[in-house]
This record gives sequence, structure tokens and C-alpha cells, in this order.
Amino acid sequence: MYDFQYHRPASLADAAKLLQSAGDDGKLMAGGQTLIPTLKQRLAQPSAVIDLGGIKDLAGIKVDGNAVMIGALTTHSTVASSKDVAGKIKALAQLAEGIGDRQVRHCGTIGGSIANNDPAADYPAAVLALNATITTNQRKIAADEFFKGLFETALKPGEIITSVSFPVPEKAAYVKFPNPASRYAIVGVFVARFGSGGTGGGVRVAVTGAGQGGVFRAHKIEEALSKNFSAKAIEGLHPPASSLNGDIHASAEYRSHLIGVMAKRAVAAAG
Amino acid sequence: MAPNDVGSTGIGASVRRREDRRFLTGRGTYTDDINRPNQTYAWILRSPHAHAAIKSIDTTAAKGAPGVVAVFTGAELGKFGMPCGWLVTGKNNTPMVEPKHPALAEGKVRHVGDPVAVVIAETKSQARDAAEKINVDYAPLPAIMDMKAALKGGGTPVHDAAASNLCFDWELGDKAAVGAAFTKAAHVTKLDLVNNRLVPNAMEPRAAIGDFDRATGEHTLYTTSQNPHVIRLLMGAFVLGIPEHKLRVVAPDVGGGFGSKIYHYAEEAIVTWAAKEIGRPVKWTAERSEAFISDAHGRDHITHVELAMDKDGKFLALRCETLANMGAYLSTFAPCIPTYLHGTLLAGNYATPAIHTNVKAVFTNTVPVDAYRGAGRPEATFQIERLIDKAARELKMDPAELRRRNFIKPSQFPYQTPVALVYDTGNYDATLDQVLKLSDAAGYEKRKAESKARGKLRGRGLASYIEACGIAPSNVVGSLGARAGLYEAATVRVNPTGNVTVFTGSHSHGQGHETTFAQVVSDMLGIPMDQVEISHGDTNRVPFGMGTYGSRSLAVGGTAIVKAIDKIVAKGKKIAAHMLEAAEADIEFKNGKFQVAGTDKSKAFGEIALAAYVPHKYPLDTVEPGLDETAFYDPKNFTFPAGAYVCEVEVDPETGVVEVQSFATADDFGKIVNPMIVEGQVHGGLVQGIGQALLETCVYDKDGQLQSGSYMDYTMPRADDVPSFKVAHSVTACTHNPLGVKGCGEAGAIGAPPTVINAIIDALSEFGVTHIDMPATPNRVWKAIQDAKAGRH
Repeated sequence: MYDFQYHRPASLADAAKLLQSAGDDGKLMAGGQTLIPTLKQRLAQPSAVIDLGGIKDLAGIKVDGNAVMIGALTTHSTVASSKDVAGKIKALAQLAEGIGDRQVRHCGTIGGSIANNDPAADYPAAVLALNATITTNQRKIAADEFFKGLFETALKPGEIITSVSFPVPEKAAYVKFPNPASRYAIVGVFVARFGSGGTGGGVRVAVTGAGQGGVFRAHKIEEALSKNFSAKAIEGLHPPASSLNGDIHASAEYRSHLIGVMAKRAVAAAG
Repeated sequence: MAPNDVGSTGIGASVRRREDRRFLTGRGTYTDDINRPNQTYAWILRSPHAHAAIKSIDTTAAKGAPGVVAVFTGAELGKFGMPCGWLVTGKNNTPMVEPKHPALAEGKVRHVGDPVAVVIAETKSQARDAAEKINVDYAPLPAIMDMKAALKGGGTPVHDAAASNLCFDWELGDKAAVGAAFTKAAHVTKLDLVNNRLVPNAMEPRAAIGDFDRATGEHTLYTTSQNPHVIRLLMGAFVLGIPEHKLRVVAPDVGGGFGSKIYHYAEEAIVTWAAKEIGRPVKWTAERSEAFISDAHGRDHITHVELAMDKDGKFLALRCETLANMGAYLSTFAPCIPTYLHGTLLAGNYATPAIHTNVKAVFTNTVPVDAYRGAGRPEATFQIERLIDKAARELKMDPAELRRRNFIKPSQFPYQTPVALVYDTGNYDATLDQVLKLSDAAGYEKRKAESKARGKLRGRGLASYIEACGIAPSNVVGSLGARAGLYEAATVRVNPTGNVTVFTGSHSHGQGHETTFAQVVSDMLGIPMDQVEISHGDTNRVPFGMGTYGSRSLAVGGTAIVKAIDKIVAKGKKIAAHMLEAAEADIEFKNGKFQVAGTDKSKAFGEIALAAYVPHKYPLDTVEPGLDETAFYDPKNFTFPAGAYVCEVEVDPETGVVEVQSFATADDFGKIVNPMIVEGQVHGGLVQGIGQALLETCVYDKDGQLQSGSYMDYTMPRADDVPSFKVAHSVTACTHNPLGVKGCGEAGAIGAPPTVINAIIDALSEFGVTHIDMPATPNRVWKAIQDAKAGRH
């Protein structure tokens, strides 16, 4: 990797200051599971890396009424093994359990994953389908406003995610078809059904791994499931291949088909 | 064998691998663990283009960068050409086109990863930083990627010497007899297939350290090699012009090779040459992503194959047309893989009377291709076994019965095939019977119904295989174009107190020789195994040996040890006869004792050893002191391991995902020294074979960029991709080596691919799918089902 200034601030305020003073070339690091391999391959040349790992308040899980709040620096393994998460949103714990491998899950964090917005990452599907709210050091951002495209988010320069708050659904499930090599999602479908109160009810379905612009909501599947929450109700429903990406592992046509299959399986798993 | 009782460590015992204590506790010494005083670090600048002319290279800024000691390009190192070790002669006595393979590119780059310059600096980071300051002005050329298009010519060829990118056009067998047989055939089965290109992915990336001692004039190369003497000969005599007595090559612990560490690579020559040039040691260690674009790849054949049968399914003739990708340059043994290791295997286990094969080797703008676990034999086996399976389906015959009907029978050995080989022994019905039983053929229909109830399609696949291991003899391979001998050497040094150090020309990089060879020595000399040490991998210590590849180590290297031990025992008898005042002919060697037959007079092995080195009461006038013998062994023939495999798969018709549910093997490796190690070799080979069938493939785009250039996209098999294997053996002893052993390292990788694909085709047969290319990824399987349903196959 190229040389860079390494900072490990103890507070969010210090991190924000360091990020500001580093200018355009400063880079925040949470778990480092994307950044470090990128640096090692010399695909990035930041002037400064600001490691958020020293900020204690950023990690942790809290159940807050009808929501589960997860600190940005909470690792995937913590989410996967959390009784609170399992008790309220089992699908989220299961999603975390299926990310990468054991090493990745013990380092990688929810905040890092969402801020990076890899189009094949798992968490964005949960954030979008569960209609989560992303809290930063500056504001709150609704899931529907957060993901802006491949590796693009609504985060402004100097903005740092502090936590993600997930409303507790009535039913939810995430089913992933992993890339056999990287085990990122080729297609991952998160299905969530909410009761009539609180979030306004209805069904939200988010798809990761397949969209040309990253994670997206499958509105037609949502509509069908809102009327009849069953796998049968969405038979044959899947987004057109023309809106999806293809690569050496899976063509757009195949991804389109898989979205339908994974959505049905998620509905079945949600029960 | 096994004349001596050494308890549980002799021939046939599953002794735990002695070397694993150091490997598993991180105490191995690999090339990158070695550091020489005042060492520098090399970084190789590689081509980002598949095909481009180099208009200029400006190294000024790099030379001035911090820590840089030297920068070299083709201007200094282009004069050194990497040699090819096998000359294939094609049709009409036309020798292969053998273009120069410069150590660093000269005027042109021919694949992504082609070395262009080397930067040597105080640290690896500094070398890499400086390499980015080298300004290479490339004029990109269209990449030659597709073999069929390449042979049509047009555009700038990979090498000027091969205008249509043809390296050679080779044939074997009686074309006229095959043609005549096809005209008489009652049924002909045809198949087009691809044998997918693989990246070897040894756990340890390649590394090399060059060191030069100005006081003695001796060069030392530490390198990740399967055959250090071969590297010494090739690099010393044919590349750098260093006399062998001034060149030491050390291949210390090596973390896997699978063939990819047989070859002499440019980096070895670069560090050896540069170490003298700059007067300091130079270390180079590949990054993993560098390995993907610089280790020789494997396989990459496109084949059309046809089988002619009579009305009863008896094979009349086989013909095979293959295009074999050589990549951009000829790697050390590349030309012999699709020819003498592939064409000669096309008889398989069958008494097919007439066979003809034509192989065209093609240059493309890709990484060079050479032997990879199996080397030519997996390609041949895949063709035969897929073709037979298709034939059985067309003839509505049981695939086991069709094979059985055509097997070479035990009474036919030695069996001369129509493609040059003479099989010494085997019993193909025995392994077939064994595997059918082991895989519970009887219970299959019930399991299929159970799978169906869960919405899964179950398929069962069978394949037989034969392989030719321990390539030999030297005079024959020499007549076929080999530029090396294929013997092996061993020195057995009995130390004065009776323990033994064995110096073997074989090289262990995962095979467990330190255990297996010690078992042989212990057993033959009747001494405990912990009294035996196996030394390998250093040309200054071991006699000139050819190394380890092609499942040859025990059959060839082990036999050299046996021959040396025979000499030790013969000399021991002379010494014992003198000491016991008996006739030499009356001395028997048994259980570690030299005994006068029919008496209780004896001398222990250790007493004889001590007498040989402290020759006080010793026949000095007729016998030299010392007990240290060397033997070279050149085999009379290949060995021919064979077997039959069965696997069952479940296909998810909704997603195309294939799961291997069970895998059973019945192998005939001849006699077995360490069953546990053999089983481990079978497991490893199977995983690589299943990897080729389902997961692994090297994908280039049309511009020659490697799309599967890291583990993000190149799917290595993992533990959860394979079932627990059921492994069985039957034995027909090799007839021409004293241990009766054959070789087991490659079998799994040879037999598994057709077994898996046959099972998938069986599962998909209800849709009418008749073929699927490897790797059978979920996308491919799903598409095959969709196409079949739509009538598009």
C-alpha cells in the first residue's frame, strides 16, 4: 500500500475534524474489510485514514421501543449473535451471519458496509426493506433517500454514520444466492412485512447484488405481496433483465430469474 | 517386499506424516522465510496489455526513486531466452515453432502479466513505488484470444515465426484404419467439448532469492521448485551460462505445486543474474494476484471426438481433434502435455482397436499453459468418459455395462494400445465392481425418489480412468522429443552409528515423502523409522535427480532408494561375511541382522555400519570402507494406475445449483506404502477435479484481460463444496518396479470431472440435456434446462 497518515481519534468530534482537515483524500475506516484490501492492492491512495475503531460509543445494540438500533461500529458477528436482534428481527441476525467469512464478520461493521454501499453487499437490502433510518453526526436519513447508486450514498463530505435504526417488522426474511467465489450476493432479496401501525404497514422488498444502480426495491413484488403475502402471489414476478447487471458468474437474465426465486423463498422463510 | 518386522511403521502402515509437525506449527522453512545478509527486493513490472508493441521504456525516474538499487529491462535481460524442454515434431516431420521467450520483454508484450522490467530496491515497497515511475510507451495490438480464429491468421500474430499462430500440428495413430472402421460402424457417437483453463493456485506463491558469493564465485538460487536439479540445468546451461559446479539451487519447503512449480520461470533467472550484477542478494516473492497472471495455467483444450461402435456396442474406433492452447510462450514442458501425455492416453481402459488423434497447438495472448495435476490425462479421460456416457445414453445401455463390454481384460496384459503405450497390468472390472458396491448402486432409485420429493433432480455418474505415471523410459521419451532424462537418483548414507540419511532427487511439496520414503527404508533395513532421515531439495546435497511431477516419486524415486539399499545390503553382507568368518553366499539379511544361514551367528545392522567406518576388523583388501551408496533408476515403462468413480449429485431445477451428494472411488494404485497418505492424495485430487467440474475456470475477455484474476471471481473449492468421500482400493502390483507401486497423486483430478458431469447429465436427462461444459455453474445448468425446455439444444 501507499503511505498515508493514520489517525485513531477517541471521539466523533475529533474524527469529524480530522476528516475535514484531510480534505478530499481523507478516508474513514470502520472494520476495514473493503478499505484494507483496496489499499493493499494500491487501488486507493488516501492521504489520511481515520480509524473509527477507537470511538467507544459507536458500537452496540439497543432495543428502543419498536426499533432495534445498531451502532455503526457494531461488527457483523455481534449482530449475528445478538439475542436482542434475534428476538426482534431474526432475519437481520441471519443476514449478518451470512456475510463473508468468519474473519470478515469479526472485523466488518454495519456502518462500514452501508457507507461503502457495495452493490453486492448484504446490509443495504436489510436497510432498504426494513425502512431503516440512518443517523449521522449531522442528521437522520431515511433508507429510501440513502442509497444513490454504485458505491454512492447520500452522505456528504465530513458526514459520519453513527447508528442505524431498524423498525421491527411483523415478518421478514433474507435469502441470498451467493457468488460462489466471493460469497457476496449475486442476488439477495430481503422481504419485510409490517403491521398496519407504526411504519404505515405494507410490504417492502429490497434486492441487492443484481441492480445496475445497486440495491433497489422490487415494487411489483411489494404490491403483489401487500395484497397476498404468499410465494404463490409472486409466481413469475421478477424485474426485467434489462435493468440488471450481468457478469462472468450470472447473466442479467439469470439474475432476473433468481430474484423471483429468492423472493419466493424469502416469503416462504418469513412464514 | 516387507521382509522385516518393524512394527507399525513399515510398508503398508498408515504412519502419521512426520513433516506435519513443522508445517502445522508454522516451523516450515519456505523460500520467503529465507533472508540473506544485505538482501534487496525485486518487483517485476508486468504488462497491463495482452498484446502490444513496446515503443519505448523510460526508467530514469524509477532509477532516481528512494531506495532503488537498480532497474533492468529487456535491454539487459532480453538476451536470455527461457528454454523449452520438449521438442514436438508434427505432421510431415515438421518441428514445432519455438519462438524466443525472453526473460524480460523485448520490443513486444504477449500477455497480461508478461514481465517488462525489474526494479531492485532496499524494500519491496520502494521497489514497487519505483516500478510505478517506469514509463512504458505501449502501442496496443488486437489480442489473439480465440484458438479457432487465431489459426485463421490475419492481424498481428502472437509471434512473427508463427503467422497463423500454429505451434505444431501433430497426429498419432492409424488414420486410415480409423476411417475404415467408421464406415462399418453400426452407431457413431459424437461430442464437442471444452476442457476449461485452470489457475493452479498452490497455497504458497512462487518466490526466488538470488545470491552470489564473490569469494567463491558460486551462485545460489533459493526457489519454489518441484525439481531443483532441472532448474539448475536449464538455467545454468541454457539461460545464464553458469557452470553447474558454480550453481546451487535450493528448493526448501514448498507449499504445493500441482505442476506449476516444475517450470523454469523468468524470475529465477532474473534474481540469479541480478544478484551478481548488483553484488547483493535479491529476493522476489509473488503476490497472489501476480500468481494468477504469471504461474503457468493448466488444461485449455477444445475437442471434437467421435466413437464408432458395432451393433453390440463394441468399440471399433475413436478419433479426436483437439486444439490445445499454449498461451503466449512455450512453458518448459508445454508441448508434451497435449501430445505425449494426452494423445497416448486415448485408449483409456478400453480395447478400442483403432485410434487416431490430431492435436493443433496454438499460440494466444494468454498466460502460458503447461502441466497441472493430471496434465493431459484429465483431458483425455474427460473426452473418453463423456463420450462413452453419451454413447450409452444413445444406445439405451447401462453405462457400466457398455464400459465392461469394452474393458481390456486381465488376460490381455501386457496390452499394446493403438496409441503407443503398453499397459503392464490392471483389472478394470474389479474396480468397477468395487465402486458400484461402495456407492450403493442398488439403493439409487430410492434416493432419486427421495430427492424428487424434495423438488431436486438426482443424477448418478460413472467414469473409469487410467493414467500413465512416472513418465519413462529416458531413451523412449528422448526419441519423442524430451530434452531431459526421466530417471531418478538416491543416495542412502548409513552413518557410523547405524542411522540413515537418504538423499533423494524427488522433491516433496505436500506429498509426504519424508514419511513414505522413511517407511520404505525402515522396512527394508529393519531399523526403526526414527533412525531414517529424508533429505531433498538442495543440489549441493542430493544426487542429480529429476524431481517430482506426474505421480512419479514413489515409483521412480522410491525405486532408486530401493536400488541403493540393495547395494547397501550387498556390501553389508561382504562385511558381515568377513566378520562372521562365513561365506558371503551364506549371509542372510533379515530383521535388521546379517546372519549366517542356519546358525545363530549374526551381526546387527548397526555393528556392520560401525565396522564400515571404523574398519579395524575389516576386509580392506577387497571392500572399501564406508556404507554409502547411490543408485540411479530409469524405469522400463510408465506405471498405469486405474480405477472407477461414481458420484451422485442433486440439481435444484429452479436455480441450477448442483450439490455433490456422494462420491465413491475405487483405485488401483498397485501396492500401497502409506494408505493414509494415499487417501489424502485421492481426497485432494477429487477436490481439484470437482473444482474443475463445478467451480473453477479462468476467464479472459476479448481484449485479453483476465476477468477471473482473484479469489473474488476465481472459485476455489471449499470444504462445504464437497461431500465426505468413500475411498477404496484394489491392487494389481506394477510388474516392473520392485515395490509394485504405481502412483496416486493425480487420479482424483483425472477421474472426477467426467464423473461429476456424467451425473449432472443424468440428472438433467429428463429435459433432454446431453452435454454441459465445465464448470457446470448454476447459471450454465439453469440455462441448459431453459434451452432444453425451449427446444434450443
